[in-house]
Amino acid sequence: MKLHITQSDYEALRVHGEETYPHECCGVLLGHARDDGNHVAAIVRAGNTRTDSAHNRYNISPMELIKIQREARKQGYDIVGFYHSHPDHPAMWSSTDFAEAHWFGCCYVITSVEKGKSVLTNAFHLSGTTEEDKAFQHEEILITQAAGENA
Amino acid sequence: MKINIPTPLRAFTDKQATVEVAGETVQAGLDALVAAHPELKNHLFTADGKLRSFVNVYLNDDDVRYLPNTEASAVNADDELTIIPSIAGGTGVRASRSLCCR
Repeated sequence: MKLHITQSDYEALRVHGEETYPHECCGVLLGHARDDGNHVAAIVRAGNTRTDSAHNRYNISPMELIKIQREARKQGYDIVGFYHSHPDHPAMWSSTDFAEAHWFGCCYVITSVEKGKSVLTNAFHLSGTTEEDKAFQHEEILITQAAGENA
Repeated sequence: MKINIPTPLRAFTDKQATVEVAGETVQAGLDALVAAHPELKNHLFTADGKLRSFVNVYLNDDDVRYLPNTEASAVNADDELTIIPSIAGGTGVRASRSLCCR
């Protein structure tokens, strides 16, 4: 299983983390789930509602997520994952990320942003079907040149 | 009414993104959904029958938790329910603490 994403979308989510530094950015990956992994066709920036602790927390409001999902369906896409940044922290999921992860089958992309510059981007697939058996599995990011679904 | 199913729960609705159910209230709609797709029950509700904390249900553009009648709110045939799990996280640590992973 790999995350298939275009170079431009990959760069865009990394730039987003630089723009919001020292706060966390967040956004949604749209596309299609296929047998070989999730294929990203577009990314959508989202607002971080955790203004009280934006340096180490993110939350996307459900209503914003619903609006993103509505627009995605009009274009024939589904939500296949999410991304956020870790300002001055590794590109590794945290205990908070794990506890708050409920989108089984989706990909969680994390970019470490050190001193305002994006460094490493990792992808983690949320496997399992329940809160008891869920797990994050490191997923290879496959950069595509054309549309994500053509990879 | 139409109920929009999020990506992670479609494994329990025969891959359907939307499910049509009958019911005059939000609760009736959810009950009908679970009756048609029993595996959803544990994903949506706690053992005492309450919506799990990370499961959000919207009646059109309104969070059901904040409607005056919550799950007892009346629903018309052309209304939409949307189930949307929360999405949140972050490093969750102060700058002086190490990252905690399992």
